[in-house]
Amino acid sequence: MSTKTERTEEAMTRGPSRRNFLRGAAAGTALIAGGAARAATPDPLITEVQPWASGFGDPVDAHPYGLPIRFEDDVIRRNVEWLTADTISSINFTPIHALDGTITPQGCAFERHHSGAIELSKQDYRLMINGLVDKPLVFTYADLERFPRENHVYFCECAANTGMEWAGAQLNGAQFTHGMIHNMEYTGVTLRTILEEAGLDAAGDLTDKWVFVEGADASSNGRSIPMEKALDDCLIAFKANGEALRKEHGYPVRLVVPGWEGNMWVKWIRRIEVMDGPVESREETSKYTDTMADGTSRKWTWAMDAKSVVTSPSPQAPITHGKGPLVISGLAWSGRGAITRVDVSKDGGKTWQTARLAQPGEKMALTRFYLDTDWNGEEMLLQSRAMDDTGYIQPTKTQLREVRGLNSIYHNNGIQTWWVRPTGEAENVEVS
Amino acid sequence: MSKFLKIAASLAMLGGSAHAETFGLGREALPEEIAAWDVAVRPDGTGLPEGSGDVWTGEEIFVEQCAVCHGDFAEGLDNWPKLAGGEDTLDHADPVKTIGSYWPYLSTTWDYVNRSMPYGNAQTLEPDEVYAIVAYILYSNYLVEDDFVLSNETFSGVEMPNADGFFVDDRPETEYPKWTGEPCMENCKENVEVTMRAMVLDVTPAGEGGEAAASDTAAPADEVSAEPAEEAEVEVAAIDPELIAAGEKVFKKCKACHQVGDGAKNRVGPILNGIVGHPAGQVEGFKYSGALSGMADDGLIWDEDNLSAFLADPRGFMKGTKMSFAGLRKDDDLDAVIAYLSDFAE
Repeated sequence: MSTKTERTEEAMTRGPSRRNFLRGAAAGTALIAGGAARAATPDPLITEVQPWASGFGDPVDAHPYGLPIRFEDDVIRRNVEWLTADTISSINFTPIHALDGTITPQGCAFERHHSGAIELSKQDYRLMINGLVDKPLVFTYADLERFPRENHVYFCECAANTGMEWAGAQLNGAQFTHGMIHNMEYTGVTLRTILEEAGLDAAGDLTDKWVFVEGADASSNGRSIPMEKALDDCLIAFKANGEALRKEHGYPVRLVVPGWEGNMWVKWIRRIEVMDGPVESREETSKYTDTMADGTSRKWTWAMDAKSVVTSPSPQAPITHGKGPLVISGLAWSGRGAITRVDVSKDGGKTWQTARLAQPGEKMALTRFYLDTDWNGEEMLLQSRAMDDTGYIQPTKTQLREVRGLNSIYHNNGIQTWWVRPTGEAENVEVS
Repeated sequence: MSKFLKIAASLAMLGGSAHAETFGLGREALPEEIAAWDVAVRPDGTGLPEGSGDVWTGEEIFVEQCAVCHGDFAEGLDNWPKLAGGEDTLDHADPVKTIGSYWPYLSTTWDYVNRSMPYGNAQTLEPDEVYAIVAYILYSNYLVEDDFVLSNETFSGVEMPNADGFFVDDRPETEYPKWTGEPCMENCKENVEVTMRAMVLDVTPAGEGGEAAASDTAAPADEVSAEPAEEAEVEVAAIDPELIAAGEKVFKKCKACHQVGDGAKNRVGPILNGIVGHPAGQVEGFKYSGALSGMADDGLIWDEDNLSAFLADPRGFMKGTKMSFAGLRKDDDLDAVIAYLSDFAE
């Protein structure tokens, strides 16, 4: 945006907006006083001509690329400072408590970097494929755009999502307990297309082969993926929600590994190597392995099991309207298929009601659910329970702990409980 | 032809179409290019370059390059990873997962140090340096003696204590059958009690805007073009170029957290352009510790004496500083790094 545009915009909006604020404040007071079902006095927002109904709004081009209106400036990614040593190798959280529908806008979709979000231009981008292929190849960004493209909506969930809750209820907000997730429509070339372009004759029997993928940033994050998955549904993606990937999500090109833990979705992907075994890199041995109570650890726990959470009401999204009609809403997803059903309990799991899915569940994508209900103003222990098309039912945290103990860190897909008080406030709790 | 059929069969078995269409896109990768990027090291040592390094050389490099975060003895400072210790804790309440206690393959350590470390200055180590650092980490974990030399030859002789501690994902057997079927809808339990409540309340930060991402692209152009004339007049001729060059090397220790020069941004630590002679705590957009802000309010100036004292012993000079740096031990290093920093105008 040029300085000139900014000044013009400022000059046009400064006067009216200040008046807006003063009038708005007065109107707000009146509303609070008369906020019952029957108004005692006429609402000045209706009876008085408001500035926005009389003067101009912004011209076109005021914001050549728009951001959300300022009233929404609290709907942002947030981090938890004590979780990591610094913000370069760190993570933040999607404000899922304030979003609706299923698509996550890129600007507030969680970030996870191991060495910061790098700036890599399309011109400087190279993708190499080597190893057990007929012909090792190098592609430019322009080359990638010439392969046939596909569009798919997938969720990307960090394996550590809800990881702080293994030992008990800890963080107070759906953003923090479940916000290491986003859901976007990706455009890209299948990994299969790229592998076939290089030729897999040299690899022989493909059933025991692996594909190692690594990023161009300083962390050079590398993960091993079995050939079966690589040929099944992985995407070399360059667009998300219709536009270029954001820097923080791997611009210009990232890998999409549907349904599998986010760490495998290598950003700034620069190299693909066909191998006869896994590399056993740092991120697939020392991290992203799940330690059981007896001290042994599961490895290669790639798939994200079915999971759900009520996003509203929740600690950051309390009920502010008192008793009466209430929309209980949330998200459900499964890395092993499509969500077929979500049940909601208001009494901590004694009784359940089946919620309404906004759209039929899609494979490895977020599904929005609603329970349109009438709140009697009494406390609730709100829970949601997802089922997917494999027949799997989301377990309770107690059930998970019985199998895994408390030290797994990753893959906590247990049922979440929000304790909603008569005031409408909610707290993260666990129940018997 | 028979080979083609074999592949076709495999692909079909893997659930895809047998027909592999190619497009003739891309170009053949050159051997030098593959060598530059293909540095992965496998559990059996495949991919290791020739080279070697001993424990004591490793200690020197480690103290210089790694100890800022990982501690002199690989014990890990603050929230940074511990690389040593933790043996026999994996079945405890808070397992301490280190290279010695947890990592199953030595190749992983070599590969990771080589490709991802030192933090903020990655992919700069020579193979011999990587061998030496890994040898020192093994020594810190009591896995080798102090006369040990790690090389591509001795690599396979090292045993990792937790090599047998892993098993392949068994959820399909141990969990999925248990949590499948028709779920309970009525009278699922008799009593419901709240057993645990969020222990860390009000973690939501106060309503600050998400400015970091947006401002990245907007600011620099204006700032750089605004004041070119004044900068040119700053006298830098008096500083010894050799000292500046030496300072640049010392500054590698600072680079994990601090940036200087054109396009520098605040990282873990603030931008250091123009820091020498400047009042403390003034870099825009950086959140200083209370300790630093307090001293800044009292008029602290980063002249050579104060900077020297701070860099020699950060926590001694400024109790409560969040700069997690042990300090520069040599006067020569202090002089050099300050000379280097004074070369960057604001």
